[in-house]
Amino acid sequence: MKKLFEFKTRNIVATGLGAALFTVLFMYVKIPTGIPETQIQTAYGVGTFFAAMFGPIAGALIAFIGHAISDSVQYGSAWWSWVIASGTACFIAGLCYPKMRVDEGVFTKADILRFNISQVIGNAVAWIIVAPILDIIVYSEPVNLVFTQGIVACISNAISAGVIGSLLLYLYSKTRTGKGALREQ
Amino acid sequence: MKLKLFDYVEKDNFVYNLSGLTKLLCFLFLSFAVMFTYDIRSVILIMVFSFVILRVSEIRFSQIRLMLFYTMIFLVLNAVLTYLFSPSYGVEVYGTNHEVLRFTTRYTVTQEQILYQATKLLKYASVIPLGMIFLLTTNPSEFAASLNGIGVSYKAAYALALTLRYFPDVIRDYNDIALAQQSRGLDLSRKEKLLTRVKNVMGICVPLIFSTMDRIDVISNAMDLRGFGKHKKRTWYAKRPLRRDDYVSIAVCGAIFAAVILIAVFWNHGRFWNPFVYGLI
Repeated sequence: MKKLFEFKTRNIVATGLGAALFTVLFMYVKIPTGIPETQIQTAYGVGTFFAAMFGPIAGALIAFIGHAISDSVQYGSAWWSWVIASGTACFIAGLCYPKMRVDEGVFTKADILRFNISQVIGNAVAWIIVAPILDIIVYSEPVNLVFTQGIVACISNAISAGVIGSLLLYLYSKTRTGKGALREQ
Repeated sequence: MKLKLFDYVEKDNFVYNLSGLTKLLCFLFLSFAVMFTYDIRSVILIMVFSFVILRVSEIRFSQIRLMLFYTMIFLVLNAVLTYLFSPSYGVEVYGTNHEVLRFTTRYTVTQEQILYQATKLLKYASVIPLGMIFLLTTNPSEFAASLNGIGVSYKAAYALALTLRYFPDVIRDYNDIALAQQSRGLDLSRKEKLLTRVKNVMGICVPLIFSTMDRIDVISNAMDLRGFGKHKKRTWYAKRPLRRDDYVSIAVCGAIFAAVILIAVFWNHGRFWNPFVYGLI
């Protein structure tokens, strides 16, 4: 049985490589939606995929480290309120981890639902509550600006996680062989 | 993709010779000071200070050109959005209204708004050199050691070390896969429909992630075989002992941080420097 907050060597390595992947995708792989300055970040699809595979701590660290590094590399300094919100989103998305059996090749409709519920709650909490409030406290940004930005980010990141995250989990489960898959002939 | 990331080249000068722990603490002290204060005078002083350090650390302009470019776009966009969404936020913050110019009843230009937006612009601009100095002059493995030094769990610090170590590898994989897929006719630009674009992005994501998953197994098996994570503590090969220069630098940055907080608390009546109510000094 998988524990919610376990952090074994495999989770540590997954965190490290997942964060590297998150950084690369965050900087280079964005899907333009047609609305100016609004792009779907594929990184959140991958972040929530890793959160569901390796647990909330790995998810939170992946998004936190990945977002902080890509911000620092592009802008010279991280936008801390959004970096923390990223971590929160993937932490909550990872709460479905103990029930997931993707490693054994099982990804049912119930699992899809479970993953998407935790993912949507995570994105909503992170972008509509955490990010705007931190923006106001830390950076004293105007209230209506940060909430508008938050809602746009919430929708596009939830779409990214819902579509790309679920697809990745499904495809990955197909490559795994489950317990008792061998049959005697 | 021309961005040279973590382009760490050893040099022999004051900033490079400081330990990673010192640079991390100084970076945190100064950036928190700037984050906290809305006093344009303190911000300008820290900005001058950080540009002096940038000179001392002998970072070449070509190393930071691209970052500067991105930051400029971000700052301009943020300034425009702030004005569009709340043209009278300055009036709200400072509590007075000195009108300079009027476009419509909603979009007026006030001295308060100008001061607020100028302060904000300089705040964001003044942390940029600090971040760049920190990123470009710190050895990645030493950085992980210094994080562990200030009390971050070594497992999290090691995850970060792995990130920095494998980042170039992931970029190389990404480039290989993207070029291979594009040579087969994959289009990621605006010309395709949204749904096709998502499908095409998956064409790059899936191989990239599956190769990463394989690599995770290889690395974690290797680490387990070498007994990683057996004990509560670990030592770091890249850790440097603190020297006199380190203590002096930490003390100076700590003093700047304390001074900024004290000015805000005892002099400015809050985070904002308010010349409209309390006068210029």
